[in-house]
Amino acid sequence: MKYVDEFRDGALARGLAERIAAELRPDRRYSFMEFCGGHTHAISRYGIAELLPEAVRMIHGPGCPVCVLPVGRIDQAIGIALQRGAIVCSYGDTLRVPASDSLSLMKAKARGADIRMVYSAADALKTARANPGREVVFFAIGFETTTPPTALVVQQAAREGLRNFSVLCCHVLTPSAITHILESAEVRQYGTVPIDGFIGPAHVSIVIGSAPYEHFAEEYRKPVVIAGFEPLDVMQACLMLVRQVNASRAAVENQFARAVTRQGNLAAQRAVSDVFELRERFEWRGLGEVPYSALKIRAAYAEFDAERRFDLHYRPVPDHKQCECGAILRGVKKPVDCRLFGTVCTPENPMGSCMVSSEGACAAHYSYGRFRDVREAAA
Amino acid sequence: MRKTVSVELTPEVAVGDYVIVHVGHAIGVIDAEEAERTLALFAEMAQAAGPAAS
Amino acid sequence: MGVKKDYVRPLDLRQGRIDMNHGAGGRASMQLIDEIFARAFDNDYLRQGNDGARLPVPPELLEGGQLVMACDGHIVSPLFFPGGDIGCLAVHGTINDVAMMGARPLYLSASFILEEGFALAELARVVDSMAAAARQAGVPVVTGDTKVVEQGKGDGCFIATTGVGVVPRGVKVGGAQARPGDVLIVSGTIGEHGVAVLSQRESLEFDTAIVSDTAALHTLVAGMLGAVPPGALHVLRDPTRGGLGTTLNEIARQSGVGMWIDEASIPVQPQVEAACELLGLDPLYIANEGKLVAAVAPEAAEALLAAMRAHPLGQRAARIGSVVADEHRFVQMQTRFGGRRIVDWLSGEPLPRIC
Repeated sequence: MKYVDEFRDGALARGLAERIAAELRPDRRYSFMEFCGGHTHAISRYGIAELLPEAVRMIHGPGCPVCVLPVGRIDQAIGIALQRGAIVCSYGDTLRVPASDSLSLMKAKARGADIRMVYSAADALKTARANPGREVVFFAIGFETTTPPTALVVQQAAREGLRNFSVLCCHVLTPSAITHILESAEVRQYGTVPIDGFIGPAHVSIVIGSAPYEHFAEEYRKPVVIAGFEPLDVMQACLMLVRQVNASRAAVENQFARAVTRQGNLAAQRAVSDVFELRERFEWRGLGEVPYSALKIRAAYAEFDAERRFDLHYRPVPDHKQCECGAILRGVKKPVDCRLFGTVCTPENPMGSCMVSSEGACAAHYSYGRFRDVREAAA
Repeated sequence: MRKTVSVELTPEVAVGDYVIVHVGHAIGVIDAEEAERTLALFAEMAQAAGPAAS
Repeated sequence: MGVKKDYVRPLDLRQGRIDMNHGAGGRASMQLIDEIFARAFDNDYLRQGNDGARLPVPPELLEGGQLVMACDGHIVSPLFFPGGDIGCLAVHGTINDVAMMGARPLYLSASFILEEGFALAELARVVDSMAAAARQAGVPVVTGDTKVVEQGKGDGCFIATTGVGVVPRGVKVGGAQARPGDVLIVSGTIGEHGVAVLSQRESLEFDTAIVSDTAALHTLVAGMLGAVPPGALHVLRDPTRGGLGTTLNEIARQSGVGMWIDEASIPVQPQVEAACELLGLDPLYIANEGKLVAAVAPEAAEALLAAMRAHPLGQRAARIGSVVADEHRFVQMQTRFGGRRIVDWLSGEPLPRIC
């Protein structure tokens, strides 16, 4: 496959790994955080952590939209289906997340709720057209990549004058979450986060461009390298970060130049700002309330806002007391540091956000990297 | 294999272009020149290591 | 005007549908059986005309061999997909379950649960396909049953099959037999059946040339057993639901061993890779219906591979790794990229990622 295979070349990977090793300063360690589900997945699936030198540590930040979706929002979606009889359309990953009362969207479906898996927002719109007598709600989650498609369907629904379609908007913004991590009072509780640099998200950056990270790099004096989601991209970005750290630089660099520009995808941004506006605050699972970090539907499109339409009120639901997701998302603890990991909390029975989707730090480690814990324990 | 995706977010796209697809939408067009440049950079970085760095 | 003697109006196969009468056990049921099932499956055993079939004792049993029995339920949706349908899938699936024990499959039974309203034309299509598959494999359907459930309770057609076979004395093939040092071999390319079925799901809307690999593997297995010394072939399993990744974990767990596999050695068609790439799926976890994985003593591996490649269903047989001692029973994989990861059990259904 063109533009795919070349970016997964094993021989080049080895070369890059050697190059990174050669340029490391012997007197220090390097910790880089990525906050992109695609990166978490690539690092796990290709075994990149094994290839990188031991002194370089990859931290999985809050890049998985399913993982940061609070239980209270899933309860809302389930409620709309079970109690109000609406057809709720959701992306696949969200279906299995355990919510309140031992339910999940999938379990609610088994109880008779009409919940349908869709691959895109457009599918939800199609469902609305095909079922004019029923309410159809699209459970819209995701970062900036998934938001433009949602904006498009709301615009389309308005054009068609659809009377039975609405969106439960849980779209969140990436840079706000990272800022919150670095700034929040809780960092004092857990200790300073030892992050030397950031790998900027792949898909999100295609949409928002590289510009939004510039202020961020300047403000916090940390380098940001935007990387593609193929494994060679991630490794090259690591090398670029190592170089910046060694030179005490804190600039935004774009490794994903083949798809990311400074201004991003303007058509997408225009659609988003037409339909959505910022929420003052929004709860992120594992991070608590984050200001100006999420979107809601503008008044002009009020009839497509499920929260208004169904008069929904948000009820936060706390996670298990021993769940360490908050610390793990900040890079202060590792999955194995959590007492619930691998025992009570597994991919089949996730207790917290990091285990919920295959891109969560705990899920990725459980599915791909567990063998390393055994080795380290034995050593 | 063929799949229908929306190109509403990439109106500038032309037949023959490579795109990045996400949830049924093309969200970006791949710049072929930049892709080649990135690949060349991988090769250069990987080679510069050489036998000395192991 | 008298009643015409012995005249029974034939089933309307073009437009007719299953109704509750067909399941009542009376004339309508008999007609359904005669005109669709018995006509298609037709063999001496069925012609005995009883609820059970009297079957001869196979010679291997008289020489100290053992009986093997396996059963399967088939609920695939849609019923017809590129490369096959629920009918031939049912036949192949159960023949394979028996063959994976190292056994020679002998007979099949087939039980049908039909939904009121199911089109007779579709039923005839399914049954004809099943009969063709059984004939081609040389394994007859010797007994069966039909029931009808009310509309809304049955998704068209469910089929349950049982297969009976015989394993000669001395052959012991099973999931608990893998030993450290064994070579792991897969009989061909993976991921096709699952992708072929998925391509028919309306919500996905993709066209592909990928067809299901559904096939009866018993002659391949016979060739494999014949090519190596007795006792050299330790494990045979067909990676159906859950795919190769899950099957390897099952074997590792049962045998109390670990495994090391090499991603680059696992044969996958480029089309399947592309489809999985686009849908966010991993070929390792996609169902196969015409492939097997084998664990064989290392000294017999070359001979086994040669025998497999000489068979039409094993032409792309490949060595993918080996069994190792590991109390944690991890299946570890060297990625094409050069890194290392474990191949874990499948969690739930392989739903594609969104980010």
